[in-house]
Amino acid sequence: MSHIKIELRKEDVDFIKGVCATFNNDPQELINVLHTCQEHFGYLPAEIQEVVSDGLNMPVAKIYGVVTFYSFFTMTPKGKHPISICLGTACYVRGAEKVLDEFKKELGIQVGESTKDSKFSLSSLRCVGACGLAPVVLVGDKTYGRVAPDDVKNILKEYE
Amino acid sequence: METIKLTIDNKEVDVPGGTTIYKAAKELGIDIPTLCYMELHDMNIENKPAGCRICVAEVSGRRNLAPTCSTKCESGMVVKTHTPRVLNARRTVMEFILSDHPKDCLICSKSGTCELQAMAHRLGIKDIPGAEYAAVSTYRKDTSPSIIRDLDKCIMCRRCEMMCNEVQTVGAISAVNRGFMATVAPAFEQNLEHSTCTYCGQCVSVCPTGALTEVNHVPQVLRALVDPSKTVVVQTAPAVRAALGEEFGLAPGTLVTGKMTAALRALGFDYVFDTDFAADLTIMEEGTELLDRLSRHLKGDTTAKIPILTSCCPGWVNFFEEYFPDLKNVPSTAKSPQQMFGAIAKTYFADKIGINRKDMVVVSIMPCLAKKYECQREEFSTDGNPDVDFSISTRELASFIKQANIDIKNLQDEEFDSPLGESTGAGVIFGATGGVIEAACRTAFELYTGKKLERLDFTELRGMDGVRSATIDFDGLPLNIGIAHGLGNARKLLDDVRSGKSQFHAIEVMACPGGCIGGGGQPLHHGNSEVIKARATAIYTEDRKKPLRKSHENPFIIKLYEEFLGKPGSEKSHHLLHTHYFDKKKKIIIKK
Repeated sequence: MSHIKIELRKEDVDFIKGVCATFNNDPQELINVLHTCQEHFGYLPAEIQEVVSDGLNMPVAKIYGVVTFYSFFTMTPKGKHPISICLGTACYVRGAEKVLDEFKKELGIQVGESTKDSKFSLSSLRCVGACGLAPVVLVGDKTYGRVAPDDVKNILKEYE
Repeated sequence: METIKLTIDNKEVDVPGGTTIYKAAKELGIDIPTLCYMELHDMNIENKPAGCRICVAEVSGRRNLAPTCSTKCESGMVVKTHTPRVLNARRTVMEFILSDHPKDCLICSKSGTCELQAMAHRLGIKDIPGAEYAAVSTYRKDTSPSIIRDLDKCIMCRRCEMMCNEVQTVGAISAVNRGFMATVAPAFEQNLEHSTCTYCGQCVSVCPTGALTEVNHVPQVLRALVDPSKTVVVQTAPAVRAALGEEFGLAPGTLVTGKMTAALRALGFDYVFDTDFAADLTIMEEGTELLDRLSRHLKGDTTAKIPILTSCCPGWVNFFEEYFPDLKNVPSTAKSPQQMFGAIAKTYFADKIGINRKDMVVVSIMPCLAKKYECQREEFSTDGNPDVDFSISTRELASFIKQANIDIKNLQDEEFDSPLGESTGAGVIFGATGGVIEAACRTAFELYTGKKLERLDFTELRGMDGVRSATIDFDGLPLNIGIAHGLGNARKLLDDVRSGKSQFHAIEVMACPGGCIGGGGQPLHHGNSEVIKARATAIYTEDRKKPLRKSHENPFIIKLYEEFLGKPGSEKSHHLLHTHYFDKKKKIIIKK
């Protein structure tokens, strides 16, 4: 009855089915399956959730419920260089919001969005456990500490 | 099992280990208020997400208040359910819930039967401090052919989610998002119409607020009634007469067949007919199909699919089209009684009274919300004119009767009109789980054996167990019958059919727990299965009172075949009374 047309490539469907099989097609392993799929595809669009639903034999509504519950999971594609700004208490009181505003201005996107060329995406998170370096910014796996709004241009330049 | 002794509100109580405080309090006659908790006794299913936090109480040795619905009793526990601290907390929680709830109670379709409204009254809430500053979460309203979702009114009790997932195993809806935007929705927050929803309406029947309600077709029916160019014909399903009275304060299980007929006539319907007539007709067609398939099967014909599955229930049809499309040739091809009635009314009866089908409006009164969808299915219309124009629920009919100032309780009993109002007891029992197959057995036995059936009450087919089975002796041929009510139970039997393990010759399935008497369009029973049992008793009482109790003895059915259809399974019967099913399972489309 769904009006969603799933248009994944055959190898993508095979990959997702393979992941489900690795976890014994057990619905209890949903979060592990979603983690592996997100790691591979970068995000979890409806199409992928439909295949997982088939693979784990569980309602896609339940899967969507889990995807929307955990902030780690995303249904929009991340950029090649995902930027995360910590808005935890320590970073926040040391001006993280101004840093975030600068990223928004420079990239022309909001939190949760990607740039048109898919190069950068912007997200916020709550504490990465490096409060001594507040405010903290992550670009991919790289960590930047004591970031000021003026540093934003230079950080982005590294990825030109 | 060990027994635990505890004290609740200064009263001592002994309960088995594992009992919750909420249930222990019930033992003492203490009714702790709750908005989300719901127990479905006969199904062993409980909804206790501990989400509403209305049921909190003080528990000795515990710092915070405990949600009693999900806190287990411990030996020596001292529980207090109405201290100032508890009452304050309960009030505050209620105020929070109400601050994010629309205040249009006067015009809400649940007004009067809303549990949230009743709770506000019970807790004495007269004011919501700070409501003018409180944010209110809003959602897109979703209207499907049967059900309206107005999630602004959702309080996240998640009872609907329990019905859809645990009881029905349909999985159309789930709790999604978090925090303020949390709600219950289909995947990707699509409309219900694009989900796996079967329109069984069990979510509607447990929703405490106006978040889930039926699509109201009373205005369209009223317009048809006042249109002088239309002949308006009404049919009433068996389960309606056993429950309608509840909406007027009568005890569950009060039969109001005659008063309902009088009320429908007073509303202005030109012909007051009975779906029970079409139920008798269904037995003729389905019974014949059963005997045909069975005898071919016994002769070794492998193309004869056994078991045969009943097909009266539109929620069930939607379910197997979505989940078991590979078995779509297994159910009987017989249309449901609602649709058989429409097909006969707009051909045979329209001819009889000399009018064009376009000038006839067929209205059905159903205990069901899926019937609204069913009558809109394309295959059930001729040149765009549907066989059944509008299907309204028992609840909608009650509202209609109230609007029309009809004092139904004091009406004199009246009879249905002839010929499409004449029925046997076999037609009546369609309303309860096991009834269709019992009715089929009464007729199939006599047709198969050529002998008179001495014992009409197949009590072994009755009852409330979710999955039942019985073997009926067809004069030496043991006929294995399976029965399931509730789609989760149906799934169990279907899995066996799919894997080839099923030993049944015939299976009856009803989507709703209890059968049609527990349908999604019935007066709200608030999870109380005693109400459903009382309705079942009423149905079997009506059956016993009928002079004729076998479908093939209905003289008007015999006449219908003589004058119009020929014989059961004839070409004309097939054209008018049978249907086919579709594969509605989602397809995974692979991009090349």
